[in-house]
Amino acid sequence: MSEQQYIDFYTQCRNLIMSKSCGVMNDVREKAFKRFKTVGFPSRKSERYKYTDVDKAFQTDFGILFTPLGITPSAYIFSLKDAPADVRPYYNRLADQHDGITLLNTMLAHECLLIYVPADTKVEKPLTVDNWIKGEVPSMMNRRILVVMEKGADATIIVNDHATDKQEFLTTQVIEVYCHDNAHLDLYEIEETTPLTKRFSNVYIHQQPYASVRHSVITLHNGLTRNLCDVILNGEFSETTLNGCAIGSGKQHIDNNTLIRHNAAHCTSNELYKYVVDDQAVGAFAGKILVEKGAQQTSSQETNNNLCASPSARMYSQPMLEIYADDVKCSHGSTTGVLDETALFYMRQRGIAEEEARMLLKNAFLGQVIDQIDYEPLRSKIFVKVEKRFLGEMEKCKTCNLCK
Amino acid sequence: MANEFVKKVAEEKYKFGFTTDIDTEIIDKGLSEDVIRLISSKKNEPDWLLEFRLKSFNFWKEQTSPSWGHLTLPDIDYQDISYYADPTKKKQGSETKEIDPELMKTFDKLGIPLEERMALSGMAVDAVMDSVSVKTTFKEKLAEKNIIFCSISEAVRNHPDLVRKYLGSVVPYRDNYFAALNSAVFSDGSFVYIPANTRCPMELSTYFRINARNTGQFERTLIVCESNSYVSYLEGCTAPMRDENQLHAAIVEIVVMDNAEVKYSTVQNWYPGDENGKGGVLNLVTKRGRLIGHHSKLSWTQVETGSAITWKYPSCVLEGDDSQAEFYSVAVTNNHQQADTGTKMIHLGKRTKSTIISKGISAGRSENSYRGLVKIGKHADGARNYSSCDSLLLGSKCGAHTFPYMDIQNNTATVEHEATTSKISEDQLLYCRQRGINTEDAVGLIVNGYAKEVLNKLPMEFAVEAQKLLSVSLEGSVG
Repeated sequence: MSEQQYIDFYTQCRNLIMSKSCGVMNDVREKAFKRFKTVGFPSRKSERYKYTDVDKAFQTDFGILFTPLGITPSAYIFSLKDAPADVRPYYNRLADQHDGITLLNTMLAHECLLIYVPADTKVEKPLTVDNWIKGEVPSMMNRRILVVMEKGADATIIVNDHATDKQEFLTTQVIEVYCHDNAHLDLYEIEETTPLTKRFSNVYIHQQPYASVRHSVITLHNGLTRNLCDVILNGEFSETTLNGCAIGSGKQHIDNNTLIRHNAAHCTSNELYKYVVDDQAVGAFAGKILVEKGAQQTSSQETNNNLCASPSARMYSQPMLEIYADDVKCSHGSTTGVLDETALFYMRQRGIAEEEARMLLKNAFLGQVIDQIDYEPLRSKIFVKVEKRFLGEMEKCKTCNLCK
Repeated sequence: MANEFVKKVAEEKYKFGFTTDIDTEIIDKGLSEDVIRLISSKKNEPDWLLEFRLKSFNFWKEQTSPSWGHLTLPDIDYQDISYYADPTKKKQGSETKEIDPELMKTFDKLGIPLEERMALSGMAVDAVMDSVSVKTTFKEKLAEKNIIFCSISEAVRNHPDLVRKYLGSVVPYRDNYFAALNSAVFSDGSFVYIPANTRCPMELSTYFRINARNTGQFERTLIVCESNSYVSYLEGCTAPMRDENQLHAAIVEIVVMDNAEVKYSTVQNWYPGDENGKGGVLNLVTKRGRLIGHHSKLSWTQVETGSAITWKYPSCVLEGDDSQAEFYSVAVTNNHQQADTGTKMIHLGKRTKSTIISKGISAGRSENSYRGLVKIGKHADGARNYSSCDSLLLGSKCGAHTFPYMDIQNNTATVEHEATTSKISEDQLLYCRQRGINTEDAVGLIVNGYAKEVLNKLPMEFAVEAQKLLSVSLEGSVG
C-alpha cells in the first residue's frame, strides 16, 4: 500500500504546493486528494492495469520535484498561470476522475504547460516540449500539459522525455487535448530515459466534428513505462490515428493501454502498435474500440504486431472491440512471432551478416510505424535512433549536456 | 398481416418449451451441508465423494459470484433452488424396470431415440432429466469393446477407481465459483471411458432436459480417452418455458492421452426466455480438456442458440508435445439474451497447435461477446495459434464485442488473431431479393453461409439440426 506516503506528503505539503501553483489548479486539488484517498492506486485486478504493478512502482520513497517550467517565448506555449481566463476552465475537464494516477497527478502537479492554438492558425514549425529529469536522490516529477486547438487550428507537438543520472526516477504525466471543429493535431511522444526510470503517462483526447488527431508514442529507452490514451470522438467525421512502437530489452517493461470511444457517426479510427521485445523485457498492449449506440458508419481498424526476440521475453496482447451499433466496419488483428527465417536466409545468401540481417528486418518491422510520422526531420531522426537502438548505442544529442 | 405472421413465428419459436407431467421426487429448496449429505446418500455415494462435495461446498461459501463477464447476471438466490429432482422415482410397489411411459414420450417428442431398435443413426444416448440419468442406450454393444458409457452415478458405483482418479483432475473444485458449486451438488451426467487402441464405433450422446420447476441442473461429464483411441461425443439440451430463471451450472472434463482424439460437439438450446427477456436458463458452465498425451487432439464445436445468459469457455490445456486443439463456435443471441463465451488455449507442450474460429450473431436487444485467452508457456517452443472471431450485427439495438487476451512467453511461438464486426451487406441482400428470395429467407441464407465454417465441423445429424435452429432463432429479428 504505497499510496500512504503520498497522502502523508500531500497533507504536510499542501500549502507549499498551492503557493507554487495557480488558482485553477488549486481549485480541483482538494477534490482529487479526497478521491485519491478512497480510490488509491489501481491494483492489477483492475482490468486496465492488469499488466503493470502500480503499487510496486510507487513504493520507493521519492523526493518530489517542483522544477519550474522553462518556456522559450512563443506565441503558442504558456504556463497555465498566465493563460487567458476563458482557457482556464479546460483544465482537468477531460481527465479521468477515477484513475488513481491521474488523481495523484492532479493533486501534486504545481504547474501546467498550456499549448493554445487560436482558430484557423497553422503552426508551421513543430512545438517541442522537452522533459528532463535529474537528481541526486530518487525523485518524482508530476507533469501536466493542456492542449487546446481552436476551430481549424493545425499544429505538431513533440514531447521528448529524457532522464539522466543513475538514479531512480518516476514521472507521472497527464496530457489533456481538446480539438475543436476541423482542428488537426500531430502529437508525438518520444521516450529516451534510463532503465531506472518509471513513467506513467495518461493522455486524454477529445475531438469535435471533422477534427483529426494523430498520436504516436515511441519508446526507445526506458525502465518501466505505462502509457494510457483515451480518445473520445464526439463529433461526426472526426478521425483518430494512434500509433506506437516500442523496443524493449534488458528488464524493460512497456505497457500501452488505449481506449477509443466512438460517440458520433461517420468517424474513423486507426491503431497500429508494434513491439520488439528482447531479453527479459515485457511488452503489453491492450486496446479497446468502443462504438456507442448511434455511432453508425464507424470505420475502425486496430492492429498489434509483436516480435519476440528472446526466449524469456514476454508479450501480452489484448485488442478488444465493444460494439453497440450495427452499421459499422470494425476489425482488429494481432500477431506475435519471430523473425521470418526465410527472409533471413535470403539476406544471408546475399552476403549480409546474420546480425545485420536481423537488424534490417527489425528496422523494417518498426518502419511501418515510423513511416507514418509526417514531419520529415523527425521521421529521419527516429529512423536513425531506432537503428542505433538495435545496435545497442545510446543516442547522444549534440545540443544537450545532460547525456554526456 | 406480416406482423401477425412474425408474432406467430415468435410464439412458436421455442418448440421444446413443453413440460412433462410426471411424478418427480424433489428435495426441499435450499443449500446446506445437510442437503449435500442428502444428495450423496440418495445416490449411495462412497465417503470420498461426499468429502469432495463438502470440501467444494466450504470453498464455495467463501467465494463471490464473478462479475468480470460482459453480462448482467441477476441475483441468484441459491437457497431458493432445489438441488435434486428425480423423475424416475418408482411409485411404491411397482418393481418393474420399465421406464415411465411419460418419460419415454417426452424424449420421443424431443426426437431422442431411447429404444435401440428405433435408433437408425446408430447413436448411443444417455438421457438425463433433471438430476437423474433416465436411460443409456447401446451400453452392452459398447461394452463388447470395453468402452464404458454410463451415467456418472453409475460409474461411481461400478468404476470407482477411474472416477476417483480423474474427477476434478481437469477442473478442480477451486477453479471458479460455479465449478465449486457444481462440485458440491452435482447430480448426474455422463461418464465415458475409451480404453487404449479403440475407435468408438458410434457417436456417443447425452441429452439434458430440465423439467421440474425451481430446480437447477448441475450435471457433470467426464470423458477419458486412452492412447490411440477416438471418440466423438455430442451434447444436446432443452428446457421448458418458464417465467423464472433456471440455473444450469455444469462441468465437463476431458482427458486425452497419447495419439488419442476427442471430438466434443454441443448444440445448446436451453430456453432463452421470452421476447421481453423474462425467464430463460442461466447457463454457467465450465468445460475443459487436458491434452496430456503427445500428438493428442481435442476439438470443441459448439452451437449456442439458447439460454438467457451464457457464460461458457470450453478450454484446452495442451500439455503433450505436438498436441492439437480446435474450437469452433457459433453463438446466436436474440431478444434479450446475453452471451459471454469463448475459449482458453493454454499451450505448455512443444509444437502445440490451436485454432479458434468463433462466429457471433446478435439480433434484437441482445449482447454477444467473445472472450478468449491464448497463453503460450515458457517451454512451448514452436507453438502456433490462429484465432479468428467474426461478429454479425442484425439490428441497431444489439451489441457485439470481442475481448481476446494473448499472453506469450516464448519467442518461437506464432500467435495470430483477427476479428471483424459488420452487418449483413446490403449488396448481398439485394442480390437474394432480386432472385425472388424474401428478406427473411435471405438473412437466413446469409447467416447460414456465415456460420457454415463451424457447422461443417458438426456430425451430420447435428449439423442439420443446428442449421434449422439457427434460422429459427433469428426469425422475427429482421425488419
